[in-house]
Amino acid sequence: MWFFKSPDIVFGEESLGYLEQLEGQRAFIVTDAMIAQFGHAARVQAALEAAGFEVSVFDRVEPDPSIETARAGAAAMLEFQPDWVVGLGGGSSLDAAKAMWILYERPDMDPEGISPIEPLHLRRKAHFLAIPTTSGTGSEVTWALVLTNVAERRKIGLGSREATADLALVDPSFVMSLPPRVTADTGMDALTHAVEGFTCQWHNDFSDGLCLKAAQLIFEFLPRAYRNGDDIEARTKMHNAATIAGLGFGNSMASLAHGLGHALGGVFHIPHGRGVSLFLPYAIEYCARGEPGEAVATRYGELARFLGLPAATEAQAATSLAAAIRQLQLALEQPRTLEACGIARADLDREMSLLVFNAGNDNQTITSTRIPDDVEVRKLFEYAHEGKSIDF
Amino acid sequence: MAHRFPSDAWVKALMEELNQSAAYAEAAKTWEGDFYFVVDAGGPLTQPVVLYMDLWHGKCREAFEVTDQSVKNPVFRMSAAPATWKKVLTKKLDPIQGLMTGQLKLKGNMAMVMKSVKAAKELVEATTRVETEFPD
Repeated sequence: MWFFKSPDIVFGEESLGYLEQLEGQRAFIVTDAMIAQFGHAARVQAALEAAGFEVSVFDRVEPDPSIETARAGAAAMLEFQPDWVVGLGGGSSLDAAKAMWILYERPDMDPEGISPIEPLHLRRKAHFLAIPTTSGTGSEVTWALVLTNVAERRKIGLGSREATADLALVDPSFVMSLPPRVTADTGMDALTHAVEGFTCQWHNDFSDGLCLKAAQLIFEFLPRAYRNGDDIEARTKMHNAATIAGLGFGNSMASLAHGLGHALGGVFHIPHGRGVSLFLPYAIEYCARGEPGEAVATRYGELARFLGLPAATEAQAATSLAAAIRQLQLALEQPRTLEACGIARADLDREMSLLVFNAGNDNQTITSTRIPDDVEVRKLFEYAHEGKSIDF
Repeated sequence: MAHRFPSDAWVKALMEELNQSAAYAEAAKTWEGDFYFVVDAGGPLTQPVVLYMDLWHGKCREAFEVTDQSVKNPVFRMSAAPATWKKVLTKKLDPIQGLMTGQLKLKGNMAMVMKSVKAAKELVEATTRVETEFPD
């Protein structure tokens, strides 16, 4: 038994105009200062006001939003009493908006206790609209959210199927001005969603096709969107691909690269997409080396063949897929090692115990087809620091 | 020797298995919380069977079949039908997916569980190493 969950999705140019049809009285926009500065918040506010809404804006979401920020936003919502919560931004703003919405509906909840197991009974006060301003997170269509426990320097993967947006508005006009580095980081995040959604233990018939299509679109259009941000076709395809990848992995799971990337981000504050995608080729190589009998079968062959990569055997498919990802990282001028991310080996060693513990306890690590023990997690960080292909 | 599930002998064999597991000891080194594992009536069971485990810092301190549920007040209570437990113990059902789909029911502090997924995984791994006989 499993589920497939999706919001209504409005996509393509002029999607913002759909807000004229939204029914309600009070909308609370959750975003960050940069998005407000770009004028995106003002555009959404104007569209909502034109539809008759009274609007309040919370623009204090930080990268890797903390539990404290989620509580602050929820407190502001409790004062304003919205009937629509609008998440506007990248993954941080959308995840923060989900957390605030949950705590607005359920002020009694411990945010770290938000789980798919416990019914939340949302939508008694408000509905949730998600508008992504990057092409990567997929948060606009997933039920997952990531908060940071600042005191413990730990990212926490949380979620509830009820936290899936009612409506996702995927309008490429919001990503036309994205800087190249953000385009690359977030686009690689989407690729990691597509690959891990297809290859993790929880893959299923409903999510597979979405992951395959998203991976294909990303390999084709991300380099174009990176090289020329004004390429409207590439921007539109990437925006769609990120949402499709979100639907794919959101209805299966992410996996080891996310577990490692979350641990890294919690300690070294590497942008989420850069961190998880950096680990992706290493995670593929690691999973592909699982001993028959102790490992769950991998599926790199099917994915690699769909992408037109050499895949005569599962091992060759894993090798060619990891190589294609590293080639894409090169084309996007992305760091391919932790050292290239600016992390000194001494700093890595000093933080290793925390990294190993947090990666091992990340709820996405355990959906990997091969689950590393503590010694192997340590080696994965060390190899990723040096840029060595996995040989264990 | 195979142990019938669910029974006092089975949960004691699991305790022994856990206490020999270096992987569980490492994964659960910060875990503090005892459980009632409830096998609901149904199938071969005419009444529920309750197994108690006291899990503490990577070890199992106590384990037994409970005849009077008032003897303990555990932090967690996990329950499921006999057929569901069998799927978990034979690795046909991922316990996290089982919880998410409501096939396994858990009462207790979810924040604690969400921080300790690796310990949960190692616990299930240990159950699969107990030679188990399932009643028809």
